[in-house]
Amino acid sequence: MWRYIANRLLWLIVIMLCVAVIIFTILWFVPGDPAQIILGTGATNEDIQRLREQLGLNEPYLVQLTTFLSDTFLHLDFGESYVYGVPVIQEFATRLPRTLGLGLISMALNIIIGIPLGVNAAIHRNTIWDQGVLVLAMVFISVPQFYLGLLMVVLFSVQLGWLPPFGISGDYPAWTYWVMPVLANSLSGLAMNARQTRSAVLETIRADFVTTARAKGLPENTVIYKHMLPNALIPVINALGMQLSMMVGGSVVIENVFSFPGIGQYLLTGVNSRDYPVIRGSVMILALFSAVVTLLVDLVYAFLDPRIKAQYVNYAAKKGGHKEKKGGKKNG
Amino acid sequence: MSENFLTIHDLVVEYSSGGQIVQAVNGVDLKLAKGQTLGLVGETGAGKTTIAKAILRILPMPPARVKQGEIYLDGEDLLKLPEKEMLKVRGNKIAMIFQDPMTALNPTMTVGDQISEVVLQHNDFTKSQARDRTIEMLEMVGIASVRYMDYPHQFSGGMKQRVVIAMALACEPELILADEPTTALDVTIQAQVLDMMKDLRVKLNTSMILITHDLGVVAETCDDVAVIYAGEIVEYGTKERIFRNPMHPYTLGLFGSLPKLDDDSKRLSPIHGLPPDPTNLPAGCKFGPRCPDCDGGTKCGADQPMIEVEPGHFVRCCKFAKGGV
Amino acid sequence: MANAATKAVTSAPKRKKDTQLRQIMRRFVKSRTAMIGLVALVIIILACVFAPFIAPYDPNYMDYSAMNATPSLAHIMGCDNLGRDIFSRVLYGGRLSLALGFTVAIVGMVFGVFFGSLVGYLGGQVDNITMRICDVWMAIPGTLLSIIISSALGDGFWYTVLALSVSGLPGSVRGTRAMALKEREMEYLEAAKAMNCSKMKIIYKHMMPNTIAPTIVGTTGQIGGTMMTAAGLSYIGLGIQPPTAEWGAMCSSARSYLTSYPHEMLMPGLAILLTVLSINMLGDGLRDAMDPRLKD
Repeated sequence: MWRYIANRLLWLIVIMLCVAVIIFTILWFVPGDPAQIILGTGATNEDIQRLREQLGLNEPYLVQLTTFLSDTFLHLDFGESYVYGVPVIQEFATRLPRTLGLGLISMALNIIIGIPLGVNAAIHRNTIWDQGVLVLAMVFISVPQFYLGLLMVVLFSVQLGWLPPFGISGDYPAWTYWVMPVLANSLSGLAMNARQTRSAVLETIRADFVTTARAKGLPENTVIYKHMLPNALIPVINALGMQLSMMVGGSVVIENVFSFPGIGQYLLTGVNSRDYPVIRGSVMILALFSAVVTLLVDLVYAFLDPRIKAQYVNYAAKKGGHKEKKGGKKNG
Repeated sequence: MSENFLTIHDLVVEYSSGGQIVQAVNGVDLKLAKGQTLGLVGETGAGKTTIAKAILRILPMPPARVKQGEIYLDGEDLLKLPEKEMLKVRGNKIAMIFQDPMTALNPTMTVGDQISEVVLQHNDFTKSQARDRTIEMLEMVGIASVRYMDYPHQFSGGMKQRVVIAMALACEPELILADEPTTALDVTIQAQVLDMMKDLRVKLNTSMILITHDLGVVAETCDDVAVIYAGEIVEYGTKERIFRNPMHPYTLGLFGSLPKLDDDSKRLSPIHGLPPDPTNLPAGCKFGPRCPDCDGGTKCGADQPMIEVEPGHFVRCCKFAKGGV
Repeated sequence: MANAATKAVTSAPKRKKDTQLRQIMRRFVKSRTAMIGLVALVIIILACVFAPFIAPYDPNYMDYSAMNATPSLAHIMGCDNLGRDIFSRVLYGGRLSLALGFTVAIVGMVFGVFFGSLVGYLGGQVDNITMRICDVWMAIPGTLLSIIISSALGDGFWYTVLALSVSGLPGSVRGTRAMALKEREMEYLEAAKAMNCSKMKIIYKHMMPNTIAPTIVGTTGQIGGTMMTAAGLSYIGLGIQPPTAEWGAMCSSARSYLTSYPHEMLMPGLAILLTVLSINMLGDGLRDAMDPRLKD
């Protein structure tokens, strides 16, 4: 298992390197000159040239790329914002916890509510409860996140005045600023998850080994929680990685809807002003967040499914385990 | 009731699918004495597995429904038992061996845990006692105890079936329902598994219902035989009677489908046609449309009663109506 | 005996005629969700295609006397802050959204099926490398990648198609590859090989047809998501931008009037919701019809 984790961590670094190269390359082809944007339309050609020199924009592609990679990975330096002159990492210090919080709470909701909802619907299949869950899930899957956010703003802020419409602090209690962004970010994923769980459980409900478990005389709850669920959840968890990664992407839009000052908003301001260090840094950090979440999901997946786990178990360790058991038997 | 350890009377099971009702088991009567083995023989879909699952009450209940009938085990009607009491019967007094060892084991649990689970469920054992018992069972079916912690995917088909058998026998059940226990296995492994089951059964004096479509297996293991066609028993008797003197045209057809080495005829004589559509069973004799002797009219078109053609040998066919009583 | 045999023979062809495709069709037609989705989608598509005949106003005509008008008989969805008729704009915007959703889906499907079956069939190093590339590609959340590419390319229909396709591509390649791998194990391919079929012929004559049906189902499921992402892009100021009528962009510009004129945001959003909902219902029905096991 440790070997598997080490492997995956190594792969994570490779992925992050590739992401860095991809982002850098895409931005390389972006039309428009950051120097021009920084200095405004009134700037002379000479000023622009001087600034380009200063920012290193005149260097060839490979040189710039190498500088960027070594700064990012060796010195954890994402550079300074062209527009504000503030180190990107400094902005992260205040913004990252918000985006992480938004993402993690949404993911937690997704799992804690979505999976039990799906299991329940499957167990009580074809009842009104099940149909209700299915219809609601279908609707929530089909609502764009920003529209859901706006609807909530109209209802809870404009009409009812219960929740603050945007921002992160103000007249309302601090936690209220999180309610709508979290809901808007999690509901569609939650609905998707509930549906996937439902069909996965339905697939296992008729499985032979579930009948075997019943034939053993196990109480229904044991059959469901010990035999059915672990197997039903394997495909659900496999799909979860993708879904959670989608949530990280969606958070950019959500942060924009609620003017929630996290990494996503930062990224969008960077996009609007061609602030390359901001864009690169934000994308890298969001991609890292998503990759780490995917990695964790994969680990849980490998842990749950012995067939996957077995692929990575050290041969020597397995042999040792056998010997140990033999010894144990002799004693007994 | 000691003579007839298990008595099934007039069992009817229906499945409803898409608004249609399928009669899977249609008025089945069976008797089984202590320590004896009854073979249930018939084609796929004849309702053999449904009978076994009905005894254990593990039929998937929304589509399936036990419409009527009684199943007495030691004088107690299992169908009237509250679910809580039934839990104590399943796996303990009655155990089932499933057809497909590939899918009958939980892929996410070690085989040892799966066996010790049933031991713990029905005995007041500590975990280590259950573990010892599990290892004992594993060794009894010829699996090294070191494989306790292995997962099902690490076993071959035959080995998995041994695990399934060990699981079924772990609580020394009084009745085993073996649903085609060897169908999914290679021929050589089949013989091993059958031998093993026979030995274990004799050792523990267990009764067994063996479901199969393989007459060879029946000849080797059973005391009594019931031939099932379209949810009905068409012929019933001791193995010797039925093998020496098969009477129902369907039973004759089954024997005719077996290749014989000592026979000169070049061709087998198979049963023509297909099993009837269970949503639309023919009236009267269910075998009529495929029967070489069918008169297509008055006698075969009526419901067929069971006729005792000789002591302990019953046939559901109007051909024997006169000589029967 | 002859009687029985002929009975069996005559009943056989009847069963054979009931092909898999027919069974699928029957299940599909029977499914209420699928039919509602299909009908709703057809209505929406027709309304958008014939927008010039249906729309009561020019989508860009500004009626200064009707600025921020609430829904009424003259403007059934009201007017926006510049006095443009929202219903007309929603119809024209739908053309873009639908075209975007379907184009991206088709691009993804074509590339996915092509590369997926190719890679799945060739296997070995090609497969390995492609999958690693997909891994990296998918490590960047799709929306994020679309945002970057869209901001790099600027606005416009085809740029947006590109931005959305690029982020969805590795997923569809992977999906088809998985199916192709499954197909590769199938015995009919062995048979094809034994009959000395060429590699290319095996891929396009045997593997593609078998992977295409499930891919179509999967793709239908993605159209809705793509349209939502596209609208999201427009909403945050990328992708297709005003003055072009686009649902997400309309929501975005209505944001400032949320308090006093929420209908300006509600209407285009509702259009997205209903369209995506009908597509998803249709996709669901298709999937259930193909694989009835999942249903009950």
